[in-house]
Amino acid sequence: MILDWLLPVLISAALVLALAGAIKRVNLWRAGQPDSVNLIAGLMAMPRRYLVDLHHVVERDKYMSNTHVATAGGFVLSMLLIVLVHLFGLESRWLAWALLASSVLMFTGAVFVFRRRLNPPSRLSKGPWMRLPKSLLMFSASFFILTLPAAGILPEDFGGWVLALILLVGVAWGLSELVFGMTWGGPMKHAFAGALHLAFHRRPERFNGGRSTGLKPVDLQARVLGVEKPTDFKWNQLLGFDACVQCGKCEAMCPAFAAGQPLNPKKLIQDMVIGLAGGSDAKFAGSPYPGVELGHAVGGPGQTITEGLVNPDTLWSCTTCRACVEECPMMIEHVDAIVDMRRFLTMEKGNTPNKGAEVLENLIATDNPNGFDPGGRMNWAADQNLPLMSDVKEADVLFWVSDGAFDMRSQRILRAFVKVLKAAGVDFAVLGDEERDSGDVARRLGDDATFQSLAKRNIAVLNKYRFKRIVTTDPHAFHVLKNEYGDLGGHYEVLHHTTFINELVQLGRLQLDTFKGGTVTYHDPCYLGRYNGEYDSPRDLLKALGIELAEMERSGFRSRCCGGGGGAPITDIPGEHRIADMRMEDARAVGAELVAVGCQQCTAMLEGVVEPRPQIKDIAELVSEALIEGAPAARAAVAEEVLS
Amino acid sequence: MTSDLNIVALVSIGQHPKSGRARRAEQDARAVELGMRLAGDNVQVLHAGDAAEETLRQYAGMGLKSLRVLQQSPQADAVVALGDYLAEHRADVVLTGVRAESGESSGMAPYLLAEKLGWPLVTRIADIVSIENGEAQILQALPRGQRRAIQVRLPFVASVDMAAQVARQSAFGPGRRAELESLPWVETPDSERAQFKEAPARKRPKRLKKVKATTAAERFKAATAKSQGTGGRIIKDQPPTEQAQAIFDLLLEEGVLR
Ligand code: SF4
Ligand code: SF4
Repeated sequence: MILDWLLPVLISAALVLALAGAIKRVNLWRAGQPDSVNLIAGLMAMPRRYLVDLHHVVERDKYMSNTHVATAGGFVLSMLLIVLVHLFGLESRWLAWALLASSVLMFTGAVFVFRRRLNPPSRLSKGPWMRLPKSLLMFSASFFILTLPAAGILPEDFGGWVLALILLVGVAWGLSELVFGMTWGGPMKHAFAGALHLAFHRRPERFNGGRSTGLKPVDLQARVLGVEKPTDFKWNQLLGFDACVQCGKCEAMCPAFAAGQPLNPKKLIQDMVIGLAGGSDAKFAGSPYPGVELGHAVGGPGQTITEGLVNPDTLWSCTTCRACVEECPMMIEHVDAIVDMRRFLTMEKGNTPNKGAEVLENLIATDNPNGFDPGGRMNWAADQNLPLMSDVKEADVLFWVSDGAFDMRSQRILRAFVKVLKAAGVDFAVLGDEERDSGDVARRLGDDATFQSLAKRNIAVLNKYRFKRIVTTDPHAFHVLKNEYGDLGGHYEVLHHTTFINELVQLGRLQLDTFKGGTVTYHDPCYLGRYNGEYDSPRDLLKALGIELAEMERSGFRSRCCGGGGGAPITDIPGEHRIADMRMEDARAVGAELVAVGCQQCTAMLEGVVEPRPQIKDIAELVSEALIEGAPAARAAVAEEVLS
Repeated sequence: MTSDLNIVALVSIGQHPKSGRARRAEQDARAVELGMRLAGDNVQVLHAGDAAEETLRQYAGMGLKSLRVLQQSPQADAVVALGDYLAEHRADVVLTGVRAESGESSGMAPYLLAEKLGWPLVTRIADIVSIENGEAQILQALPRGQRRAIQVRLPFVASVDMAAQVARQSAFGPGRRAELESLPWVETPDSERAQFKEAPARKRPKRLKKVKATTAAERFKAATAKSQGTGGRIIKDQPPTEQAQAIFDLLLEEGVLR
C-alpha cells in the first residue's frame, strides 16, 4: 500500500522542516540582548512550570484547562507514539493501542476546542486560529484510522486507495499545522515558543508560587537607554512574545482597552512579534487598538518601534496595573516591555507626553512631583508632634509618609494613620524633610535615571537610622521600597498600613467599635494586590470593624485599576471613558454606599468621579473613626515584646 | 531657512526657587530652544564657568551634541569672558535669558554684551519669526500677552522672555553623552561682586488687608480677587472735547505722539 512508504517520508519531512523552522526562529530570538539565565536548570524545571504553574493560571477557566490538557496531552503522546509506530515501524500491539487511545484523547479535546470556536468571544483572535480545531480533529482522526491495522483491529489494506488518499490529505494537513507549523509561525508556535519561554523565563521567581513584580534597573552606561528596536529587548523577552496564544485574556482585563484608549495588550504583544520577525499587522485577526485601524503598522528587528509599529500613545495609555500579566496563561510580561519602550522615549527622546516632562523636572529639582518646597514636607503634621528620625535615631517603626504629605486629601489619611499609631502606642518616627519621593512615578514614566537617583538618596538616609520595619500608607511607595530598592542595595522589611494595623488589631492593641453605615465594598489597589499579594489584611480589618463586604465582580487578583497607576493621570492619553468612572460603576453595581480603599492615589482617582457616587474612605480613616481610645495603653508594654 | 547662520545661546546655572537646587535656568533654556528651532543642532551653546558642572547636561539633554564652556572660576566676571569670545568668534544672533536665576541676577548681562560688541539689543523677545536677507523679524513680549513686531539687522543680541516657547524636555541619555568642551580662557576677576555679601532674602512684613466679610464666599472672594490697578482716571460725564483732550494728553505723556 502506498501509505506504507509514504507515511514515514511525510513524517520525516515534517520533522526536518520543523527543525529548520526552529533554527530560524531561535535565531530571531538570539538577535536580542544577552540575559543570564540558567539554561540547564530552566529546561529541567520546565515540565513542572508547565504542569503546575501554568496550569494554575489556565485552571481559572475550567473549560479551557480540561480542553487543553486533553488536546495537548493527547497530541504530545500521539506524536511520540507516531514516531515509534509509523516512522520507526515498531510492531507492537501495545504501542498501537496506546496511540489509538492518545488520538482519541486528543480528538475529544479538539471537539471542545471546536465548540469554543463556534461562537468565539471577541477577545479571541480569529484568522488561522479558527482553522486550528479542524487541524486538530483532522490530525487525530487520520492517525486513529491509520493505526487501526497496527492494532490488529482492521486488516492491513482495508478501504482501498480512496481512503488512503483521504488519509494522506488528513495526515499532510495535520502534520503541517501541528509539526512544522509549530516553528514556522502558525498558531501552534505557542507550544514550541511557550515551552522554551517557560524554561528561560526572565523572572524565574514567579514559579513555584513565588512573585516577582519589581521592574529591573537600567544600566545607565548602556549604548542606548531603554528599548528602541525589537533587538534591544533581552532575547528571552523576544521569546516570551512568541509564546502568546492570542487568547485575549489580557485584553479582556485591560482597563485602558475598556476605556477606549489606544491600547490592547494582546495586540501589543503581537506587534512585538511583528517587530522581531518583520512584517505588518494586516493579517492580525483580533481586536485592534481602540480607534486605530489595522494594516498600517510595519516593523522589523532593526527598526525603531515607535516609528511605524507602535504609536507612543499606546505605550503611555498603560496604568501598569498588571491585570494582563496576572491573567496571561503564558506568563508573558507586558508591563516590562511597555516600560522598556517608555524608557527609550523618556531617556533618549525626551518625549514624555503632557505633564510628564514637568513632573520629571520637578522630581529632579525638588524631589516631589509637584515642585513643592522640599522643606515643607512636614507642614501637614505641624500639630502632630511627630518624632523625627534625625532626633531619635531609632524606632520600631519608620512611618514612610510619601508625597501624600503635600496633598490635602491624602493628609487626612496620614492623620488618621498617625492617630491609630498613637492609640496603639507604637514606637514610630518619620524622616521628615529627609524623605524624598520614592521614585515610583519617575520609574514608570521611563526615567530610570531619576528613579535611581531618588532611590539611592533615600537608601542613604534610611541607612543612617535603626528601625525594624517601614510602614507606609502608599502602596506605590510600599512596592518600590519593598521590591525595587533591593537592586540598589536597600533591603528592608516593608509593610502596608493595612497589614500593620491588622497586626495591631490581632494583638489586641486597638479597640474598635463596629462600623455604622451602609453597604461597603473594597477596592484592591493594584500595587498592593497584584504586585504584592496582599488581599487579606484589608479584608480582615474591615471584618474586624464589623463590615460585611459587598465584593465587586472584579476584586482580589482581578481587581480593576482605578486608572491612577503608571503615571497614567500625568500622561493622560484620551479615551472614550475614564477608568475611574468604570471602577465606580463596578462599585455602584453592588450597591455600595462606601468604597473602602488602601491608597491615596485610588482615593484621588475615585473621588474625582462626579457626584452623586459612593463615598471613598481609606481603611486608616475607617479604623481611626472606630477607635475606642484610652483602653490599650496599659497593654502596650506587653504587646511591645510580641511586635518586636 | 537659517542653518547657515551662526546662532549662539548663552546659558547659566539656574536655581530652583523652592529647593534652591541647581538646574537649567528657565529663560536660558528657552533661549536654547529658540536657537534649536532656528538652527537645529547647529546652534552653539556657550557657558562661562566650570565644565565639570553636571547641571550643564540638562541643557545638553535637549539634544545638543556638544556645549562649549569658557573655563572660569566662580570669582571671574563671566560677561567679560563671553564678550571677548563673541568678539573673536563672529556670531549672527546671540540669545540670552533676561535675568540669571543665581549670582548677581542683575539682568545686566545682555546689555553689557551688546554694548561691548556694539550690536543692537532686543529685550524680552517671545519669538524670532524669520531671518531673511540679514534682517530678523522678532516678536517682543509685552505685558498681558501683547506682542510688538520688531525688525532688526544682524548681528544682534536678544534676551528671551518667559513668554517664549517653553524649552523641550531634557533627556538623560543624550545629556550624558554630549561633549562638554572646556576652553581655557582668560579670567577677569569681578571686583564689584567681590564686595557683595550674600544672605538669604528676608521676607518683608506685609500689612494685611482687613476684610469685612461675614460669609465664607466673601472671604474667599477677598482673598482671591485681583488687586485693581491704581492710576488712571475714569472720565464718563465730561463733554467729549474734554475726554478727547485727556486721551491726547495721555498719548503725549506716553510718547506715542510727539
Ligand atoms: S499575551 Fe497572554 S493573555 Fe494576552 S493574548 Fe497572549 S497569551 Fe493571551
Ligand atoms: S498593565 Fe494594565 S493597563 Fe497596562 S496593558 Fe496591562 S492590563 Fe492594560
